[in-house]
Amino acid sequence: MLTFAIISALKVTVVIIAVLTGCAYATWLERKLVGRFQHRIGPNMAGPFGLLQPIADGIKLIFKEDIVPDNAERITYALAPIVMFIPALLSYAVVPFGDQVTLFGYRIDMVISDLNIGILFIFAVTSLGVYGIVMAGWSSGSKYSLLGGIRSSAQMLSYEVAYGLSIICVLVIAGTLSLKELVAQQEHFLDWFIFRQPVGFVLYAICAVAETNRAPFDLAEAESELVAGYHTEYSSLRFAMFFIGEYANMIAVSSVATTIFLGGWHGPFLPPVVWFSIKVFFFMSVYIWLRATLPRLRYDQLMNFGWKVLFPLALLNVMVTALVFRF
Amino acid sequence: MVDVIKTVFIAFPKGFYTTLKHLFMKPVTIQYPRVKKPMAPRYRGLHYLEIYEDGTERCVCCGLCAAACPADAIYMEGAEKEKSERYAKIYEINLLRCIFCGFCEEACPEEAIFLGHEYEFSNDNRDSFIFTKEQMLTNRPVKEKPFKRIIRRVRRIF
Repeated sequence: MLTFAIISALKVTVVIIAVLTGCAYATWLERKLVGRFQHRIGPNMAGPFGLLQPIADGIKLIFKEDIVPDNAERITYALAPIVMFIPALLSYAVVPFGDQVTLFGYRIDMVISDLNIGILFIFAVTSLGVYGIVMAGWSSGSKYSLLGGIRSSAQMLSYEVAYGLSIICVLVIAGTLSLKELVAQQEHFLDWFIFRQPVGFVLYAICAVAETNRAPFDLAEAESELVAGYHTEYSSLRFAMFFIGEYANMIAVSSVATTIFLGGWHGPFLPPVVWFSIKVFFFMSVYIWLRATLPRLRYDQLMNFGWKVLFPLALLNVMVTALVFRF
Repeated sequence: MVDVIKTVFIAFPKGFYTTLKHLFMKPVTIQYPRVKKPMAPRYRGLHYLEIYEDGTERCVCCGLCAAACPADAIYMEGAEKEKSERYAKIYEINLLRCIFCGFCEEACPEEAIFLGHEYEFSNDNRDSFIFTKEQMLTNRPVKEKPFKRIIRRVRRIF
């Protein structure tokens, strides 16, 4: 019992550190890649290739003045970034990073907790992020923040539907909710669900971009109309929390995509964790590529696209999949 | 429907290809404070006063540059040396007024004043923008620029 507790605590610590470092370096990766996409160099002054840039940014954000608006609802205002950040972290609890390893005679699963309802858990916690946005928008005491918060939450809720439906197709084929089981079913390259469920993958990718409020669906940050949406009034470390939350969300979504569609940690020659990282990195790069290429959608276009294109497509996909695999 | 298919299968890949192409190109960024882009030969930057090879000033304080200056930025006060040679005791250019048109350069009969290639002269107080003679003499670029030689040649013809 004690060993189990110690091992779990260790796993949680390692994962949290890895995720936070990953978030920091995701910002570096994004700036570097977007720079190159735009024919620039990107950060290169702090350390080799600008690799110390995230640390410099972190120090800067910590020492910036923390402003709380007079009209703000203090407690909610302070809670919102945390509510935004925690769900993003929680979803790592069920993502398997690799196979079993034997360490000091103990067999350790490379997953914090192998829930038999893993995907449901991920749905449940990722949808909690909306609360953070609404709380931030409402508690700031600014009309712009409120509008931005409502817009973002409406967007996230709209895309949540198609997001869920796109994974349901996979579940119909796999017949399990456990992520470990899902990965086990994708052992051979051609068994990857991206090949068995390509439409589902595309739908998932699009919805994931919208879920994490990224370009071209980053209406939360429509700076021309709303300054910065729900986090307009936030500064310093509170803003950094939103920022980290967004990137943690991105990595979480990429990890889930890797696990569900891209065969999880399976891959030849290299150790499982490396394969997992490579796939997540690839998905993140595609995210950034999208951002560098596509212009931002207008709000009505966004809603039309979500409800009139993605939702029917996802429904149709579920129907076809169910028909093919159940009869 | 045809439009949608065109967008998704023709326009999208085209756009994605464009950005991807740029990923593998060499960035055009110039690392400014460390690396400076050479200015065009005819660029008109900060003024400098030319001197003869033996170190005496070329400027004889005739006032033609001040007269030619459309922004009225040049102020000069002449004086005489013992051999009744005129020189500029005070020669000031108000850089806040100067529009860097280069008329002073053209008006000068002695080829004394030129506009150099220096462009880093921002400052945080207005008094520093009164550019004095000493500053203009030290600012002199060591290397001769080709356009100056051309001007000299043209002057000699007339």
